[in-house]
Amino acid sequence: MAGNTSEKWQGGLLGWIDARFPLSSMWYDHLARYYAPKNFNFWYFFGSLALMVLVLQILTGIWLTMNYKPDADLAFNSVEYIMRDVNWGWLIRYMHSTGASAFFIVVYLHMFRGLIYGSFKKPRELIWIFGMIIYVALMAEAFMGYLLPWGQMSYWGAQVIINLFGAIPGIGETLAVWIRGDYVVADATLNRFFAFHVIAVPIVLLALVVLHILALHEVGSNNPDGVEIKKHKDDNGIPLDGIPFHPYYTVKDIVGVVVFLIFFSIVVFFMPELGGYFLEANNFFPADPLKTPQHIAPLWYFTPFYAILRAVPSIGGSAFPGVLAMAVSIVVMFFLPWLDRSPVKSIRYRGAVYKVWLALFVISFFVLGWLGMEQPSTVKTLIARICTIVYFAFFFLMPIYTKMDKTKPVPDRVKS
Amino acid sequence: MNKQLIAVLLLLVPAWGFAAGEHDVQMEEANIDPNNIQSLQRGARLFVNYCLSCHSAALMRYERIGKDLGIKEKLVAQYMVFSGGKPGDLMKVAAHPEDEKAWFGTVPPDLTVIARSRGVDWLYNYLRSFYRDDSKLTGVNNLVFPDVGMPDVLWELQGWQEAEIHTVKDEEGNETKDVTLKLVEPGLLTPKEFDRAIRDLVNFLDYMGEPAKHERRALGVKVILFLLVLLVVAYLMKREFWKDVH
Repeated sequence: MAGNTSEKWQGGLLGWIDARFPLSSMWYDHLARYYAPKNFNFWYFFGSLALMVLVLQILTGIWLTMNYKPDADLAFNSVEYIMRDVNWGWLIRYMHSTGASAFFIVVYLHMFRGLIYGSFKKPRELIWIFGMIIYVALMAEAFMGYLLPWGQMSYWGAQVIINLFGAIPGIGETLAVWIRGDYVVADATLNRFFAFHVIAVPIVLLALVVLHILALHEVGSNNPDGVEIKKHKDDNGIPLDGIPFHPYYTVKDIVGVVVFLIFFSIVVFFMPELGGYFLEANNFFPADPLKTPQHIAPLWYFTPFYAILRAVPSIGGSAFPGVLAMAVSIVVMFFLPWLDRSPVKSIRYRGAVYKVWLALFVISFFVLGWLGMEQPSTVKTLIARICTIVYFAFFFLMPIYTKMDKTKPVPDRVKS
Repeated sequence: MNKQLIAVLLLLVPAWGFAAGEHDVQMEEANIDPNNIQSLQRGARLFVNYCLSCHSAALMRYERIGKDLGIKEKLVAQYMVFSGGKPGDLMKVAAHPEDEKAWFGTVPPDLTVIARSRGVDWLYNYLRSFYRDDSKLTGVNNLVFPDVGMPDVLWELQGWQEAEIHTVKDEEGNETKDVTLKLVEPGLLTPKEFDRAIRDLVNFLDYMGEPAKHERRALGVKVILFLLVLLVVAYLMKREFWKDVH
C-alpha cells in the first residue's frame, strides 16, 4: 500500500510542510514503513493499549481538573460534586479511577510479555530501561493521584508511604517533612501532590513514552520467537518476516482496543468499585487526621511491594530494612538485561529451569499481592517471607540458572 | 486468543469474593431493591423526618431527589425542605456542629455517601440493633456499633429492645457469648413493618450514595452493545487487511 506514492506528494500542502518539517518521513519511519514482525500474538496488544489508556487518563484528567478543588476542606466534596452536579461527571470520574487500575493491568501484562519473550535483552536494553522508568513514574503518578479524593484511605495511605522515607537513618524525618510540607499529611501535601499529579509527572510520562517508542523503532520490535527479522531482508531492504505497522498492526490493534474497551466498560458502568479493588469503601469516609483506620492497605497494584516491605523484619525497631528491600525489589528489575545470561530470548526456546523459575516468580508476585491487602498474621508473614525470598532469588540467581539452562535451537526465521 | 482472554479474566475473579467482607456480628442482608421507586420515596420521607435534623447530606440537593424519585418540586419544597430553604439547596443540617458535639460527644457524620463507605448490609443491621443499656448516656447501646453516640431515634417506630446474653459451649468446651435482641416494648410498627421501613431507608441511602447509578447502568448497556457491533466491524476489517499476510 505504501508503495511509491511519496513521489506524487512532492507538491501541494504536504510538500510545503515536508520542506519545513519531516511529516511524511515521520509517518513512514514510525508507521507506514516501520516493519514489525508478522507473528505478534495476544501479548503484543498491551503496548498500544497502554498508550491508549495514557491518553484516556490525560483527557479524563483534564476534565476532572476543571471541577476538582485541591484544598483539604473542599477536595472530598468537590469529588462528590463531580459525581452529582457536573454533567457526565460520574462517567469521567469512573473512567479515570478505572483507568488507573486498567493502566497497571495493561502495563503488568506488557512487562510480562517482555519477560517471556526476552524483549529486554540485547539490543533492547534501553527500551526496557525507559519502560522501567515509565513504570516507576506511573507508580508515583498513581500514588499522588490517590491522595486527591481526600478520603480516609487517601490520607492514611499517603501517611504510611511518606513515613517510609522517615525510616531512612539520619535524614529520614527531615526528608519526610520536606515531602509533606508539614508534620502530618495536610493541605500543603495535597496541593503539591496535585501539582505533581496533573503537570510534573504527566510531562515526564509523555516524554518517556516518546523515548521508549523511539528506542523501539531504532532497533525494531522483538517477537514471540525472539529472532531478529532484520537478518533476512529482500532486495529492497525490507525484512522478509516484517509487515508495515500501518495498516497491518493499526487494524489489528483496533480490535484489541475494542475488546479492551468492552471489559473497561463492564467495570465503569456495572462495577466501578470492583468489590473494593478499584475504589475502596473506606475512601468514602472523608479524611480524618485524628482517626486512624484499623486496616490500611494500598491499592492492589502496590500490594506486592507493600507485602515485601512488611515481610522483612525490622532491626532495632527501625523499619529501614523493609523499606530498603522494597526499593531493591523495584530497582532490581532495571538490571534484568544483564542478569539474564541465556543465549536465547524467547521462552519458546528456553529450558525447563527458566520456566520453573518464572512460574515461581509469577506465583510469588500474586501471593505477595494478595498478602499486601491482608492483615498480617504469623502464618501470613511466614508465607510473605517465603515469597519475598523467591521474588529476589528469581532475579539474583538469574545469572546462574539462565547460564546453566539447556536451550533449544532457535529457528532462523519466525514461525507464523 | 480466547483461552488467554479467559485466563486474564480469571485473574480478576478474586475481586468478586471480596465484597462479602468480614464482620464480627452476624449480618443479615439488606435485600434492597433500587428499582422500587415507592420504597425509595418512603425511605426519603423517613430520612428527612428522622435523620436530617442531626445528620446532613450536604453533597446532595433536594431537587435532585425530587427529579430522580418522581416527587413534584412543589411537594419537595413543602415536605422535604425545612428551615426556609429552596429545593435547589444542598441538604445541610440546621444545628451547629459545636452544639452537636456537646450533645452527642461527636459531630454526627454526613450521610450522603454513608452507604458507599459502610455498605447497605451494615446500615440495615446497625439501624435495627439498638437496645436498652442504662450505663450509657443515651440509655441505649448498639450491637453492630458498640458504644455509639447516637440515640435510638427510631424507638417510637421499633419499640424498645433488650439484649439477652447466652453463654454457648462448643464441642471443645470453649465458652462464647452470644447476644440476641428481644423486643420488650412494641412500637408503632410491627417488627416486620419496621424491617421494611429500615429497608426503605437503607435503599434511599444507597440511592443517595450514588444518584447516577441508574443512569450509569442504562448507559452501560448501550455502550457495550455499540462496542460489540464495533468489534465485529473491526474484526472483519482486520481479517480483510491480513488476507495477504502469510
